[in-house]
Amino acid sequence: MPAAKKKPSEPALALHKAATGIIGLDEITEGGLPRGRPTLVCGAAGCGKTMLAAEFLIRGALQFGEPGVFMTFEETAKELSENMQSLGFDLAKLQRQKKISLDYVRVERSEIEETGEYDLEGLFIRLGHAIDTIGAKRVVLDTVEALFAGVPNHAVLRAELRRLFRWLKDKGVTALITGERGERTLTRYGLEEYVADCVILLDHRISDQVSTRRLRVVKYRGSAHGTNEYPFLIGSHGLSVLPITSLRLDHQVTKERISTGIAGLDAMLDGRGPYRGSSILVSGAPGTGKSTIAASFADAACKRGERALLFSYEESQSQLLRNMRSVGIDLMRWVREGLLQVHATRPTLHGLEQHLVQMYELVREFRPAVVVVDPISNLSMHADDASVKPTLMRLIDFLKMENTTALLTSLTTETSMPLADSEVGVSSLMDSWLLLSNVAFNGERTRTLQVLKSRGMPHSNRVREFVFGNRGVDLIDVYLSGDRVLTGTARLAQAAQEEAASELLDQDHQRRLRALERRREAVDAQIAALNAQEDERRSDVEFAIASERFVAERSAARNKTILAAGAGLPNLDKTKRSGV
Amino acid sequence: MRSLSNLESVKRVTTRAKPEWQLKLYVAGKTARSVAALENLKNLCETHLAGRYSIEIVDLLVNPQLAAGDQILAVPTLVRKFPEPIRKIIGDLSNQERVLVGLDVQPVRRE
Repeated sequence: MPAAKKKPSEPALALHKAATGIIGLDEITEGGLPRGRPTLVCGAAGCGKTMLAAEFLIRGALQFGEPGVFMTFEETAKELSENMQSLGFDLAKLQRQKKISLDYVRVERSEIEETGEYDLEGLFIRLGHAIDTIGAKRVVLDTVEALFAGVPNHAVLRAELRRLFRWLKDKGVTALITGERGERTLTRYGLEEYVADCVILLDHRISDQVSTRRLRVVKYRGSAHGTNEYPFLIGSHGLSVLPITSLRLDHQVTKERISTGIAGLDAMLDGRGPYRGSSILVSGAPGTGKSTIAASFADAACKRGERALLFSYEESQSQLLRNMRSVGIDLMRWVREGLLQVHATRPTLHGLEQHLVQMYELVREFRPAVVVVDPISNLSMHADDASVKPTLMRLIDFLKMENTTALLTSLTTETSMPLADSEVGVSSLMDSWLLLSNVAFNGERTRTLQVLKSRGMPHSNRVREFVFGNRGVDLIDVYLSGDRVLTGTARLAQAAQEEAASELLDQDHQRRLRALERRREAVDAQIAALNAQEDERRSDVEFAIASERFVAERSAARNKTILAAGAGLPNLDKTKRSGV
Repeated sequence: MRSLSNLESVKRVTTRAKPEWQLKLYVAGKTARSVAALENLKNLCETHLAGRYSIEIVDLLVNPQLAAGDQILAVPTLVRKFPEPIRKIIGDLSNQERVLVGLDVQPVRRE
């Protein structure tokens, strides 16, 4: 490995990188492929080598202004153009614009006779010509191993390949060479021996009849890189790789609160609903109303004029819309207005990671404010438990970074099972956790809801009963009677009983009030009687006094008369005497 | 290239009316190998195809765009354009037997 000796002497400057523009790959490689060096992409047939190579080149030309040469040894230029057309890349147009040069190198063993010495200068000249014509910065050789079938003398070929990679480096082009996976080696013909700067391994694995493509950076000389296996998907917009560990816990949060669409539930969450950008887990047994809560959550978002994305893994879109209509949630109008997208797929369609990649793509494309996954437990049906948690963690983290509020429902198999076990270990990742359960009591079953946790806000510890009307879902306070929580009919009976009791009480009060009133009247009457008596007595006394005074006056007057008549002049004497 | 002027004469001499054998020799500059290949080819043609052949020399260093047309990878490459089908012989043509087989030429026996 000639390159190996040179590297350490290079200055500690960061390696220049050529961004691939492929979602996720640049994050894993921390910036892209090594600029000006060859990179080897190897993998078994059909795992997406050509796709990766082509996208690297096309995105380079489109996004980074770096023209590229695609030298194909397997597909003709026409076939390649057609294949890329299906991903929405117009190779022919790029060719006309001199941004991409396609060169199909056909190697037909049967046409070639070998006599004497030769070298592959012809290939160099072709490649060099193509590079110089469009000023290419990127080169793809797909797959150079086809030469081994066409060129009889492998000793010459190996020497020439070594020279080719050296030459590509000298040219300063960022090259991507694909190679078929070998039995024990990374590539069948040991290309990794020559291309030692960066090796990316693609893999296509099937477990439980579900296939998942995975990508791993085996080696990246002079640069840090993610070493894990990352699932990737070839979607309708090319490749997307899921970086797991590159996601950090540094998303920004808001204080904004949004409504869940259920007034009673908002009331339980500090009266204002959950935070925007938080994640909510709704778990419960079958038939506890998870989907309905999910639907009203989406409905509420659409009512606010926000976009909502609903992943349904159990019901088809039309079934979901119909069922939600029956409880008065009209999602159809939002679908028509383009505010709501429903993606109904079978969980078995892809592996868990593929689902996740698909979600990423849809979320990035649709940019919803609210994402609903119903139910998330179905996704993990075909995956081993170990992979479920990191995958969901990635999804939740991703949604948080996008400031998207997520509501995930989760089916718990048995209500009697320990809660934490049945939650595929995601409950700790969630900001709010609502638990729905069925309470069977007194010959009937009622739905109850409780908030198990809700980070960053005071929340109700009450168990509440919720009901489906034909105008959506609402919560009712359960009846607390003594030390029992009453729901359903028991609640109604208790309510009636208490109502009856209160009526009696009412009557009693009124009766007592009336009695009081009557006593007051009696007292008043007594007072009046006493007053009358007193009046009578006073008038008696007054009469007596008056009559006594009269008698006294009469006797006094008589005395005067007697005196005056009896003595004659005594009166005059008296007056004379008094006048002297 | 210098090699070309040298080779033009060959072409002129051998091109008559409609040659039965049309050969194209792709080289990359005047290297020892390409000179050897041309020498070997001339000898062979004069011996076995005298008067019935034409040789066109393509120097890829001068005309790199021509490499794609005949799917040239190795140099030197001799291409039998006519009679069809196209045959390719790579190398310096030092092994005359194999060149004759590769071109499918009936060797002329010298008495």
